[in-house]
Amino acid sequence: MSEKVKFEIRNVNLHYGDFHALKNVNMDIMENEITAFIGPSGCGKSTFLKTLNRMQDFEESARVDGTIKMDGTDIYKDMDGIALRHTVGMVFQQPNPFPKSVYDNVAYGPRIFGIKKKAQLDQIVERSLRQAAIWDELKDRLNKSALGLSGGQQQRLCIARALAVNPDVLLMDEPTSALDPISTSKIEDLAVELKKDYTIIMVTHNMQQAARISDRTAFFLLGEMVEYGPTAQLFANPSDPRTERYITGRFG
Amino acid sequence: MFKKEYAWRGIATIGGLIVIGLTLTIGVFLAYRGSATFFQFHHTLGEFLGSADWNPVDSAAGGGTVGALIFIVGSLVTCGLALLIATPLSLGAAVFMTQISPRIGEKFFRPVVQIFAGIPSVVYGWVGLSVLVPFMRVAFHQQVGQSILVAAIVLAVMIFPTITSMTADALTAVPKTNRDGAYGLGSTRWQTIYRVIIPAAKSGIITAIIMGLARAFGEALAVAMVIGQTTALPTSIFSTSKTITTEVAAQMGNAMEGGELKAALWTLSFLLFLISLFMIWLIHRVNAPKKED
Amino acid sequence: MDKRIASAKRADKIATVIFCIIAAMFFLLLFGFAGYVIIRGIMSAKPSMFGFTGYDDIGNQLFNTIYLVFISLLVCVPIGVFAGIYLAMYAKPGRFTKFLRMCIETLSSLPSIVVGLFGYLVFLIVLGMDRSLLAGALSISIITLPLITTTTEDAIKGLPSGYLQGSLGMGATKWQSVYHVLLPACLPRIMTGVILAAGRGFGEAAALLYTAGSGSRLYWASTNIHSAVNPWNVMRPAETLSIQIWNLQVNGQNQDLANVSSAVLMVLVLAFSILANALSRHIQAKNAGQVSGGKKR
Repeated sequence: MSEKVKFEIRNVNLHYGDFHALKNVNMDIMENEITAFIGPSGCGKSTFLKTLNRMQDFEESARVDGTIKMDGTDIYKDMDGIALRHTVGMVFQQPNPFPKSVYDNVAYGPRIFGIKKKAQLDQIVERSLRQAAIWDELKDRLNKSALGLSGGQQQRLCIARALAVNPDVLLMDEPTSALDPISTSKIEDLAVELKKDYTIIMVTHNMQQAARISDRTAFFLLGEMVEYGPTAQLFANPSDPRTERYITGRFG
Repeated sequence: MFKKEYAWRGIATIGGLIVIGLTLTIGVFLAYRGSATFFQFHHTLGEFLGSADWNPVDSAAGGGTVGALIFIVGSLVTCGLALLIATPLSLGAAVFMTQISPRIGEKFFRPVVQIFAGIPSVVYGWVGLSVLVPFMRVAFHQQVGQSILVAAIVLAVMIFPTITSMTADALTAVPKTNRDGAYGLGSTRWQTIYRVIIPAAKSGIITAIIMGLARAFGEALAVAMVIGQTTALPTSIFSTSKTITTEVAAQMGNAMEGGELKAALWTLSFLLFLISLFMIWLIHRVNAPKKED
Repeated sequence: MDKRIASAKRADKIATVIFCIIAAMFFLLLFGFAGYVIIRGIMSAKPSMFGFTGYDDIGNQLFNTIYLVFISLLVCVPIGVFAGIYLAMYAKPGRFTKFLRMCIETLSSLPSIVVGLFGYLVFLIVLGMDRSLLAGALSISIITLPLITTTTEDAIKGLPSGYLQGSLGMGATKWQSVYHVLLPACLPRIMTGVILAAGRGFGEAAALLYTAGSGSRLYWASTNIHSAVNPWNVMRPAETLSIQIWNLQVNGQNQDLANVSSAVLMVLVLAFSILANALSRHIQAKNAGQVSGGKKR
């Protein structure tokens, strides 16, 4: 396991208007690991994930307190939201390729960066698609619409799209919940492969998934982070009775 | 009880049949009347569409010329200019009301735009005639004041609300997931708008523009008030000219029943009918689901 | 890299400012336009212009406008509503329905001058009517027919599917469901469509140019319904406000009267479209209320 802390989260609270959605979250997320967030629907795990790349900036009623530091820099005070999202990529629950060609989807990020040279873009597109383990499937249809791909291919394309801007961190918000078992296992293998180069934080509905691939797991309930620890330990020997009840399937 | 059901079902069907019958009758009547130019007065389609020599005789004897190019060019130029003026502004306003400030947009902007879409075209024409025309005389030292440019401006103002509200609908229909995806990759709002949202709404936006164009093309009286009604090909945007609609509106009442002029005017009307069919076809083309390859 | 983000953000700011300016211009234009027409109308107004003599006033034209649109609605609302019911309830997917939809689309996109000429051809030349209020009203109803049809269809289709299923489930026939359940439920939306149609009718000029004629003299005490000056006679020529504006600009003598006429016409049309808008917002708000109310229970 890695030793370096990537995210240092201290006393984070989030309100949507009057609704207290995250209650005093404290945790350290390690570099080059897969960290999984589990918990029942509406427990705040996805909300918390989105505070890490400030997607909450786009929700007018959301208010975040506390500090989140990435590599020691406060991402809310000392960083720009746009620069942050270049470093912290995100993959969403529903595969959301743009209605463009496969190539243009992957090249989107580099292009908004100002990279215009065809050769350079070609190289980035190929590298990203290879990293997302989908190059062989798509290399002959780069100019076809991404909307014609299967759900699993779309999701891996979205991962490639996120990788194309060279992020440090990849946030995944239930990336397999809309996919069939075969596509799911491909994405899981991919995540394990990618953690060598990236820090991966994944929200999942599926406890087996967390147990299979994550290094550490955090359990959320009603906006609270109940327990956080190495995955094996959390599943084998949870310290909080609420965690135990959840992982043994008694609620949620 | 079932008798009644069949009776009402029959009445509802008749309602549908009336709509169909009406449309067909319009098409057939116009086609029949318009064809007289070619079959009774022996003009060629090439002459009608390709020549600028318009001098039909107002009698059944025939023997005049029916080159409608002036009107066709007049319509194309005024409507083209109107679109050139209206499209960027409408697009901008639609982006503002859906992306920049959706709250003001939904509560205030959209209803206002919809309300303005209903202003009668004669009012636009009258304001154009009593404000813009004198203004052009003073500002550009024009002798007449009426011109293609004024007509285009009047049309642009008239089709603004149409294009804006339809474009806004198209932009709102872009799924939120696309926007999240773009923001998640670190796009600014502007990058999201012009690289993702506008391309995704492209077919809706083109439909909006075609609808605006259709409205502009079919407008008769507002244009007739400000275009100067001269039977000559325009040489600049300050020229006076005529459009298909203005010629039909101005001459139909004077033309003799059964005469060559009347027949030529019906041909122009039929041309308008065909153009509006063409625009519908175009809209369907734009919105047809794209095949995979 | 930071430089690139900075320049992207600068472009973003510039774009935002440009959009705000366009929006502001747009507003200024629309309000300036409406305000100008109305204020100039008020400035040009003389009390005598609101009389009903038919000479240099607008009273009779206003009456003609409203009467003509009323008659046209009498024709197009029943046909349009039935056609809409047909499309929503009875139409089976197939060539016929597809063709019907194509016809509706064609009708709704026809230039109004073409409709007016068609009216002229059918009512005047073929049927031998004179230029008359009835011929004008029928032409207007061709223009508003597709609007009524599509609003009715959308209104019925927009109802929760439970309405129809509930009614059919109780053994009602389709028509009984339409008449007792669906139509009452979507009446406000159809009304909105009718109001919009009326607004379009008020402003229409090109379709009336060769059908309704330019009669503006009315004898209000007339008891002879066949008289050309009897206000209620639908076979008499009738000049509406929009045609009056057109005629005044052709003759070009009385600018002030055209100003007043434009202002009155604009207020009439704006009032109707504001009414339609308010009504449809009210329906939306009510529906939203019902949904959340249902959830709470």
